[in-house]
Amino acid sequence: MSFYVAQFLTGLAEASSLFLVACGLSIIFGVTRIVNFAHGAFYMLGAYIAYTLAERFSGAIGFWGSLLTAAIIVAMLGALVETVLLRRIYHAPELFQLLATFGLTLMVEDLAVIIWGPEDLVGPRAPGFKGAVMILGQAVPSYDLLLIVLGPLVFGLLWMLFHKTRFGVLVRAATQDREMVAALGVNQRWLFTGVFALGIFLAALGGALQISRDAVNHTMDLRIIVETFVVVVIGGLGSVGGAFLAALIVAEFNAFGILIFPGISMILMFIIMALVLIVRPYGLLGRLEAPTRAVIAAAIVWAPLSSAGRIAVAAIVVAVALMPFGVGDYWLTVGSEILIFVLFAASLQFLMSTGGLVSFGHAAFFGLGAYGAALAVKDLGLPLLPALACGTTLGCAGAVVIGWFCVRLSGVYFAMLTLAFAQIVYSVAFQWTDVTGGDNGMLGVWPDAWAASPHTFFWLALAVALGGVVLLRMIVFSPFGYRLRAVRDSALRAEATGINRMTTQWAALIIAGTFAGLAGALFAFLKGSVFPDSLGVSTSVDGLVMVLLGGIGTISGSVLGAVVYKALSIFLVSQTDYSKLVLGAVIVGLVVVFPGGLGGITARFSRLRPVLGPAPPARPESLG
Amino acid sequence: MTLTVSNLRGWYGAAQILFGIDLGVADGEVVALLGRNGAGKSTTFRAIAGLLARRDGQVTFGGTDVSREPVYAIARRGLAYVPEDRRIFADLTVEENLEVGRQPQRAGVPHWTPERLYALFPNLGTMRKRLGGAMSGGEQQMLTIARSLMGNPSLVLLDEPSEGLAPKIVEDMAHAIRALKAEGLSILVSEQNLHFARLISDRAVIIERGQVRFAGTIAEIDANAEICEAFLTV
Repeated sequence: MSFYVAQFLTGLAEASSLFLVACGLSIIFGVTRIVNFAHGAFYMLGAYIAYTLAERFSGAIGFWGSLLTAAIIVAMLGALVETVLLRRIYHAPELFQLLATFGLTLMVEDLAVIIWGPEDLVGPRAPGFKGAVMILGQAVPSYDLLLIVLGPLVFGLLWMLFHKTRFGVLVRAATQDREMVAALGVNQRWLFTGVFALGIFLAALGGALQISRDAVNHTMDLRIIVETFVVVVIGGLGSVGGAFLAALIVAEFNAFGILIFPGISMILMFIIMALVLIVRPYGLLGRLEAPTRAVIAAAIVWAPLSSAGRIAVAAIVVAVALMPFGVGDYWLTVGSEILIFVLFAASLQFLMSTGGLVSFGHAAFFGLGAYGAALAVKDLGLPLLPALACGTTLGCAGAVVIGWFCVRLSGVYFAMLTLAFAQIVYSVAFQWTDVTGGDNGMLGVWPDAWAASPHTFFWLALAVALGGVVLLRMIVFSPFGYRLRAVRDSALRAEATGINRMTTQWAALIIAGTFAGLAGALFAFLKGSVFPDSLGVSTSVDGLVMVLLGGIGTISGSVLGAVVYKALSIFLVSQTDYSKLVLGAVIVGLVVVFPGGLGGITARFSRLRPVLGPAPPARPESLG
Repeated sequence: MTLTVSNLRGWYGAAQILFGIDLGVADGEVVALLGRNGAGKSTTFRAIAGLLARRDGQVTFGGTDVSREPVYAIARRGLAYVPEDRRIFADLTVEENLEVGRQPQRAGVPHWTPERLYALFPNLGTMRKRLGGAMSGGEQQMLTIARSLMGNPSLVLLDEPSEGLAPKIVEDMAHAIRALKAEGLSILVSEQNLHFARLISDRAVIIERGQVRFAGTIAEIDANAEICEAFLTV
């Protein structure tokens, strides 16, 4: 019994830390509508700066002073980022803001390595909270008890701030209707900066408080951001109370889940999130969002390629197909990898641009395809083509199952549920060592002799990528494609004309998942191996970046996006140790300069209005 | 003229809604903007208040050209916008809704406090702690006007204040608007209901398909059945 009490208290301490970070994210989203991917990076900076201050200056400002100073410094950095970067892109679609903050995260990760080095840093113990307290015969760290008190305390202070100050009332009002707040004479700029700084302060404080519990390192940002997203989505975006409740639930399930189901401990929180979202699609305390359809540019008219366009594409394809006669094996392997990601990005773009469904977990289907192919080779001894079919089928089957759940939701919640499922699949691949090899992956997945040379494999990849992109474009202009776009543009009107929204979107997800699976299967043969990374968040994010770079308002701009992004990242990895810093800076720069994506550039100059103007009003307008 | 609008054009995305609106409101005057559903009344208001992303033309308020200013700056000059769909902050109490609208006192215009507004709209005074989302349509309409008055405006854009209200509440509303006029406020009010417009306004402007079709007194509209027939009757 006493053991369970101790475990419960550990859960509470964890909940407090999680709450600090998650409520910051939730507040920022509520007001600015920015899904701040960089939240984890600020959390990490809070920890690093607190570590340095506590090591070097604790004589002057003390341990606690170091933590608080670190949080304040990071909050000021946050305010700087908001005024310099985010202000330029508030009118861009939500996804671009996500992309920019992702770029920022990449930069911070490398900067952290440059400044603090790659090793784990262990901070000093908190003065006065070094020991443990005996509770029912179990030793509970006294620092945990401090955290248990701190969580509700911060919650209370935030409640006071939001209900007893003008700033707080304005923040709550802006969370509901920021346009109306502006129409009442409130300058939102400073409100946004203030809210962003507050949210970042909380994240950095959460990070700073970790230095005497846990090692500080440059990967803690991604770990926390995924957990934080889960908490915020379970609690309901924009709801501080929801974040508190969800942090408690997630932390306690983690604390006890490890005892009861050690095998699935990693995926427990994603299972909770999936269950909550199916029962309460907007989170425990969230509310229905006005539908935003800021993603798709209305200014581009979608049409099949003209005959001149077809000739141009054919010429490019012929030129690419002739590459094996001009370049060496290394470049052909690079080319094959780029072509595989062209197909992966095109499948995601089909889902996002034509379907209006933004997936954060598209890597699930890519990875399933890769594992399907690898298992077919290793366990069934199948040759290349049947193994590709197996991989594609597994990707398709994954999309059937995952899609059935996900199409019940929309918007950010859809994105988060896809992320949850991708994490579940990732954890299965990571932990089911007997079948997948776990962290060691599966090796020796090589193609048959006829496709083994770099140039035949390159042609195979080219044929598959070309066929896939052409098929996807044909689907866009098929009756099904029109139905899908009708559902994207106005679900209600589409349903009123007899289109079933859910089955249409489900079918779109299955199509996208199948093509992603094919790309993944090919990827397994290219690399000769499969690792859980192919299912991971970073693969999903890579896909998103490719689509956004290519231009989300286009039909297949992601082809260009994939080529540029993949080539750039391969080039950077070979040229510099700080590829993430450069890549992050390039992403941020591109978002600021070309908010319509690379594919949007031509449209930008050929139309009167920018492709991605201010988002249309979210609420239905009457023109009376 | 405290407000002069000339050649105002406006778009939603690629669709043009307003095709060169001209109108003016003199100091202390109540002008009714009449027209059928879809004529462009709300869009005109949104364009004047700076809420329409794509607009063009001139809006002069208190002698300053405000057509390039951001929404909040226009509001701070004393031009209040009361939206048709009320847009009450549902999670905020009546008091908090008023607080969001509060702006510093301005010289030469009536200064509003919550207490003065509760006197003008007695219903609101009885529900200061009630959440906006838990109020009836009529109460919300009172609150949205009161909230905009907290900014101490000299001109109020009132978008269809009588829409969807019970006849008794419509009368209260007409009474309140006349009280605001007596305070010296200028008001531009949009209406589909000619009867209501007659109760409150000095002059009327009729728009149809985003263009002004008539400007004059209500008496002139009453005397001219053709205007009524062409632009107002459904």
